[in-house]
Amino acid sequence: MSDTPPQTPPGSATPPAGQAIKPASRRDRPQTDAESRWHGVFREITSGSAIISVLAVVLALLVGAVMIAATNDDVQQSAGYFFSRPSDLLGNVWGAVSGAYSALFQGSIYNFGRDSFAEGITPFTETLVFATPLIAAGLGVALGFRVGLFNIGGRGQMLIAAAIGGWVAFAVDLPYGIHLVAALVAGILGGALWGGIVGLLKARTGAHEVITTIMLNYVAFYLVSYLLREGFLRTPGSNTPKSPASKETAVFPELLGADYNLHLGFILVIAATIFTWWLLSRSNLGFQFRAVGENPNAARVAGISVQRMYVYAMLLSGGLVGLAGINQVLGTTTSGFGATVDSGIGFDAITVALLGRSRPWGVFVAGILFGAFKAGSFSMQAAEGVPIDIVLVVQSLIVLFIAAPPLVRAIFRLPTPGDTPRRPRPIIVTEVAAK
Amino acid sequence: MKLELRGITKRFGALVANDSINLTVEAGEIHALLGENGAGKSTLMNVLYGLYRAEEGEILLDDKAAHFAGPGDAMKAGIGMVHQHFMLIPVFTVAENVMLGHEETKAGGRLDLAAARVRVKQISDRFGFAVDPDALIEDLPVGVQQRVEIIKALSQDAKVLVFDEPTAVLTPQETDELMAIMRQLKAAGTSIVFITHKLREVREVADRITVIRLGKVVGEASPTATNEELASLMVGRAVDLTVNKAPATPSEPALVVSGLTVIDPRGQVLVNNVSFTVAAGEILAIAGVQGNGQTELTEALMGLQPRVVGEITLDGKTLRGHSVRQVLDAGVGFVPEDRTEDGLVGGFTIAENLMLDRSHALPFVKRFNLQLALLAEFATAKVKEFDVRSQGIDTPVGRLSGGNQQKVVLARELSRELRLFIAAQPTRGLDVGSIEFVHERIVATRDAGAAVIVISTELDEVAALADRIMVMYRGRIIGIVPGDTPRAVLGLMMAGEPAPNSSAPLPPAPTEGAAA
Repeated sequence: MSDTPPQTPPGSATPPAGQAIKPASRRDRPQTDAESRWHGVFREITSGSAIISVLAVVLALLVGAVMIAATNDDVQQSAGYFFSRPSDLLGNVWGAVSGAYSALFQGSIYNFGRDSFAEGITPFTETLVFATPLIAAGLGVALGFRVGLFNIGGRGQMLIAAAIGGWVAFAVDLPYGIHLVAALVAGILGGALWGGIVGLLKARTGAHEVITTIMLNYVAFYLVSYLLREGFLRTPGSNTPKSPASKETAVFPELLGADYNLHLGFILVIAATIFTWWLLSRSNLGFQFRAVGENPNAARVAGISVQRMYVYAMLLSGGLVGLAGINQVLGTTTSGFGATVDSGIGFDAITVALLGRSRPWGVFVAGILFGAFKAGSFSMQAAEGVPIDIVLVVQSLIVLFIAAPPLVRAIFRLPTPGDTPRRPRPIIVTEVAAK
Repeated sequence: MKLELRGITKRFGALVANDSINLTVEAGEIHALLGENGAGKSTLMNVLYGLYRAEEGEILLDDKAAHFAGPGDAMKAGIGMVHQHFMLIPVFTVAENVMLGHEETKAGGRLDLAAARVRVKQISDRFGFAVDPDALIEDLPVGVQQRVEIIKALSQDAKVLVFDEPTAVLTPQETDELMAIMRQLKAAGTSIVFITHKLREVREVADRITVIRLGKVVGEASPTATNEELASLMVGRAVDLTVNKAPATPSEPALVVSGLTVIDPRGQVLVNNVSFTVAAGEILAIAGVQGNGQTELTEALMGLQPRVVGEITLDGKTLRGHSVRQVLDAGVGFVPEDRTEDGLVGGFTIAENLMLDRSHALPFVKRFNLQLALLAEFATAKVKEFDVRSQGIDTPVGRLSGGNQQKVVLARELSRELRLFIAAQPTRGLDVGSIEFVHERIVATRDAGAAVIVISTELDEVAALADRIMVMYRGRIIGIVPGDTPRAVLGLMMAGEPAPNSSAPLPPAPTEGAAA
């Protein structure tokens, strides 16, 4: 290379020469670059600080308050004569918001209208019942997040778990105890199977899990619908697409007697949370999971089989979501299930996992919060006429605020983490944008 | 144009990246800004280019205060920047890249490519760049791409050109050509700020040298200063630039590579029929310009490349076709080229990174359980032994400086029983102090009886460490020469010309590419 040779027209530029001189091998792998950028955003959203989660909830409740006030009839009327008597409007706003949120509280934690503690605490046990599947599925999604996988297939995994576990529960005759365990294990394996397919596809072919999980949701839904109508899940002599009731030998026992709905599922979920915590922070498999989730390249160079981790992670993630599915059949709707037995929990689980920052105990707390929203929203509607949708809006706003940490930081004037000079990337981005 | 920075102070939180820095660049002068990585050179230039806003201080152009809200303002004022990582779009032509962001249009919004082409031609001819305006960027060699960057800056009538570590990706010959271009620009009246940490280049081309350390100007030097003087200014103490090493005592050949070929997914041959041996107790340095197959060769040795033909044996046992895990277990240590991407998990703590490649079995894992107490003990010892400066073993490695990160990688790789140690670009981006440390460790590993391969694009490093030097060019071995081969010969070999007396195991590689 004595002098510059660039006069060659681009077409005839000897390709091996041009190729060989390319500066960095990194340039030959543009996908890796895009992949790692996506990884960064993904990590920020799924594992930011807990304070953001708390503030997101606060913000969402504030915005929810505005909407409760705005949709309230009294408030709307008094707004019409705001300038003659502003105190009316303020009074009505306060009345509407405090009424709604107090109903939410009384419907989910403690009902002060009852005489005894045993009756007053009933709403909280309801909260825990609603929280049980949310926590289980949330743990599954969170586990996926920690390995860098976005498991949106909660619905399909729950349905398959409910179908297989449910079949064991209503069609097989086994003694007390053994029957329960058999149905439980069958359900978890069903979820794991449906998740494992995704992991296998990703490991073997590189198929993106977001796409495969969504598609497997459809497959599961129509498969279970078919089985309920014409397959082995059908109730003999009935035309409604609904399974027979689970046998009593398989149903989760009540924890606090017949007055409360709280069942064994909640204990199982506590166990699952402890297991997930151990797995992620104390076991070597969890170590490898996290390494792959944080930096798959470094994990690969350190001898960790990234492919295998994807399969294991999806098996476990699906298994945890499967626990949520079997919980529905053995705990909540034991009188037989339809194709909507998942009742959207597979998707709410994503929210729970995000709010819980993909930390097992964070998910546990977030699951109880969402359980409380669910339990309280009914009494809020009954007592104050506030539509249930408000709660859904609040839940959605929570996710929105979590997905936009800079927004929350700007509102509360928090410092940006990692705002150090040793980060060339943002600089380059600004530079390009400014040109 | 005369450029003056007065009392520039830039803080990031508690860290003072620039502490009231004064810098004057006279018109038609090449002013070198010398400093270790993290000394604050790039921050200062980003302030100048309008990317950062300084808390204190002012920028004067020809004695008039200037205020830049962004790079656009800086460009308008006549400041141009040639970035370390080129800001070019590979699938665009030279002319398209040059006009990018300043597109001139004809009626109806059609791009006026002809004007851009003429402009490229003019600038190119004036300085003898020989750049074809219609060539696609991706087809051009790195050195020419850099010229396109220079043309881009000059087409905006830049009077002050900032070169940010421009020689990192160039061959010695291309570097010499760049120096010539810089002198030409200077003769045409352009002021040049030349940011670097390479002492040789500074002394060759600079008119004046300003040395920055820890965000402060620590001194000015003239180009006649010796390497040792400049280096000690840079790091604040006397530095021994040569590595103390006894002559090698190579024993049996440990690593034997024969007929190794690596093919990428698109069918390109990246490593072409390469054969060599490395003896235990010997350092083989693989020199070459980046992107000539060295990376792929190491990846093939590690089991990271899927399509590999040929044979690799270590102590007589084959390594080819084995998984990374098996290769590591065979006693191979590996320092990857890009430590943040391939060597470390940034969000993991120092302790966790130290066990990254041993997460499968004893001693750190017992019946699926991490042995955290043992790990903490181990990490504390290693952090002390390798002098990793941090707040503790629970600090995420992403927060460490480059030198300390590299020490973590070394500590991990050298804490196993090694038969073969592969270090790719082990000192890239490190400060002089850390380089010394890393080099000592590599020599110590050799003396402990391991076969060592060092891949480096820096001739200084190759010369300091190598017992034998193997030069790669376009996926082939150009030659294997003794460690004391003169720099000029190595430079020619890196450009594809075999050395007269080299012991190349293959017939001389074709040079048709170089002649094109």
